[in-house]
Amino acid sequence: MLTNYLGIVSLTENDSKLKSLTATRPLGSIPIFGRYRVIDFALSNLVNAGVTNVGILVPTKSRSLIDHVGTGKPWDLNRKVDGLYIFNYSHEPPSISDIKLLKSNMEFLLRSKKEMVIFTLSHMICNIDFEEVAKYHEESNADITVVYKKVSNEDDLFIDAPTLILDQDSKVIGVGKNIGRRTLVNISLDMFLLSKEFLIECILSCLENGNCGSFRDFVYKNVQNMNVNAYEFKGYVGCINSISSYFKVSMDMLNVDIQQELFSKERPIYTKSNDSPPTRYFSTCDVENSFISNGCLIKGKVKNSIISRGVVIEKDAVVENSIIFSKCIIKSGAVLKNVILDKNVVIDSNVTLIGHNKNPLVIEKHSEVDLSVLKEVKRV
Amino acid sequence: MNGLKREIIAMILAGGQGSRLKELTKANAKPAVEFGGKYRIIDFTLSNCTNSSIDVVGVLTQYQPFTLHCHIGIGTAWDLDRTKGGVYILPPHTNDSGGNWYKGTADAIYQNMNFVELFSPEYLLVLSGDHIYTMDYQEMLKFHKEKKADVTIACIEVPIQEASRFGIMNTNEDNRIYEFEEKPKHPKNNLASMGIYIFNWEKLKKYLKEDAKDENSDHDFGKNIIPKMLKGGERLFAYPFRGYWKDVGTVESYWEANMDLLNESCPIDTPSCSLDLYNDEFKVYTSSIAYPPQYIAPGANMKKSMIVEGCSIWGEVYHSVLSYNVYVGKNAKVINSVILSNSHIEEGAVVENAIICTGAKVSKGCIVRGKPGKIAVVPENKKQSSNLILE
Repeated sequence: MLTNYLGIVSLTENDSKLKSLTATRPLGSIPIFGRYRVIDFALSNLVNAGVTNVGILVPTKSRSLIDHVGTGKPWDLNRKVDGLYIFNYSHEPPSISDIKLLKSNMEFLLRSKKEMVIFTLSHMICNIDFEEVAKYHEESNADITVVYKKVSNEDDLFIDAPTLILDQDSKVIGVGKNIGRRTLVNISLDMFLLSKEFLIECILSCLENGNCGSFRDFVYKNVQNMNVNAYEFKGYVGCINSISSYFKVSMDMLNVDIQQELFSKERPIYTKSNDSPPTRYFSTCDVENSFISNGCLIKGKVKNSIISRGVVIEKDAVVENSIIFSKCIIKSGAVLKNVILDKNVVIDSNVTLIGHNKNPLVIEKHSEVDLSVLKEVKRV
Repeated sequence: MNGLKREIIAMILAGGQGSRLKELTKANAKPAVEFGGKYRIIDFTLSNCTNSSIDVVGVLTQYQPFTLHCHIGIGTAWDLDRTKGGVYILPPHTNDSGGNWYKGTADAIYQNMNFVELFSPEYLLVLSGDHIYTMDYQEMLKFHKEKKADVTIACIEVPIQEASRFGIMNTNEDNRIYEFEEKPKHPKNNLASMGIYIFNWEKLKKYLKEDAKDENSDHDFGKNIIPKMLKGGERLFAYPFRGYWKDVGTVESYWEANMDLLNESCPIDTPSCSLDLYNDEFKVYTSSIAYPPQYIAPGANMKKSMIVEGCSIWGEVYHSVLSYNVYVGKNAKVINSVILSNSHIEEGAVVENAIICTGAKVSKGCIVRGKPGKIAVVPENKKQSSNLILE
């Protein structure tokens, strides 16, 4: 158990390719796999390793995230000693870096009795044993250990992610960017282990030299001047950085092996529960190869899809290769293929929406789509 | 004490063994038995309290209380973890003058009179922890006040042939009870007590004290207290309830109540035919477990069923209720059955008209088959590796 570690989850990912999914929420609080939010994986990984002191840095719109995380109870982080802290921006512009947030909340670091830090982003979805990584880090005597995964570039999922150039001792000697030209690359998972003292040193030096984007930029720019080690993670990693990668990672959940690895019995993924009743399957339903959350009423056809809580799929409606967020209503005769419906969307009877299988159609939160809307679109 | 005064508080009788539920209550008090996929029986009563803005709830436990105590915890799931008030677990206890197990429903309240007095309530709501229904107790309290009653008993019309299983009220036009018969051989009507009482606390206190001294008494509300109050000329009223209500006292009624949840054609004018779990204004709460959503695999076939998180379905599920983390293998069939949490129905197994208890396993190709009126039960954690067919 990592009792000497504190966790920092920095929600500073680039969300420019996630369209309306991040219009009202940080990337970390995008709903995923039916009942989860992206950040649940980072938080659960920390908690499962025994970390009881976690700070979340939210440099952008935070309502949705604070609503989800609350006091941290589902992760057992509502503690008298240590526990959960959320740091969000106040008067600064929305895209300030995590370095500035850490600087202005230095109290959090100084007050904590923990001597070590796990610094992570939330967009790399995996179930990782941080105890293993910590052991590797402590034995290596490196200033920083960064977690990476060897990835083949066939499906373009990790485009734009930072890549690590390593020597034979797994020391990081350079950092690049994945532009998809090489078949095998070492993708950084943007997870760092280091001492608190060294983190503070990095923050101060970054501010002093004025070249600070974010903590991870600082590390990547200065690998030559520091002793940065790399830890290879061999499990499943889903990278959420665009609509198409979000879609692909979601659909990976229909692969039973990946499902069992991500939702491992030893290291469960925790999330906020919202007291929905069981899901009802009616006599007219036809459901196949789908991941379905509680509280749904299913009378129509569902295939290869991921359905969140409280969704109503009426008789003769068809949902295929789609992701439906909570409380959506799909009325009878509607047909959805390769579509992502954000929360509370109503699809009227007989509407057909078809997206591309690599680039799904995204319908914004609270939209009502009926035949007249479609006619409008055609006219435009 | 400051801030503890309440107009009404609730006491839930949850200590009974429920021995007619056989295997289901071997290791568990009846109120803690799983029901309707993700719930336990007592969730309905506790949620009714929360939904009726009753925030002091005493739960009287006695038989096999461990699971029940764990489940209730500090009441967080029902929003009953309050600074002043909330849920209180009240087991039998000893004091200066000795102590006893709860000898009957009335004795259980009598032994906790000090607890009730802490809140100096005008009214005491006495509930049972083993009924399935949703009800707004504030409506009943309103009725109680309007009738200027001393006691109000919630009643429901049951089929006349079943009436002898219940406490039957004989009332006049004003709903005033003039006669009460506990499990009569020849019932005069079909108005049955639901085991839900509102008492004027001062009145009840007097009768409880008298009853405690009565050596011939069973110390039971239905058998002793209610008849004594009637005899004493108190104002007893029947509160007519229209809605779904089921006493899940036997294996068959427990199975039936689960099947009732699957009723697809419930006419709007008969609210008593099914329970609405999907009403956001009147949620049924329970303490949740973190499981991933249910996975319905390629080739699976589901119809008319109710399923919760953590399940993984590869076979056929027809007209059944599945609890947390149930696995149904390829070519397995689950029909008209209730499958409790963490159980495994392996490849090719057939489960029909059955209840599979928590953590049980039906091995590959095995048949477990009962029939309506004679439900097959596989006990908790048992590996059923031979056929179990009830003729």
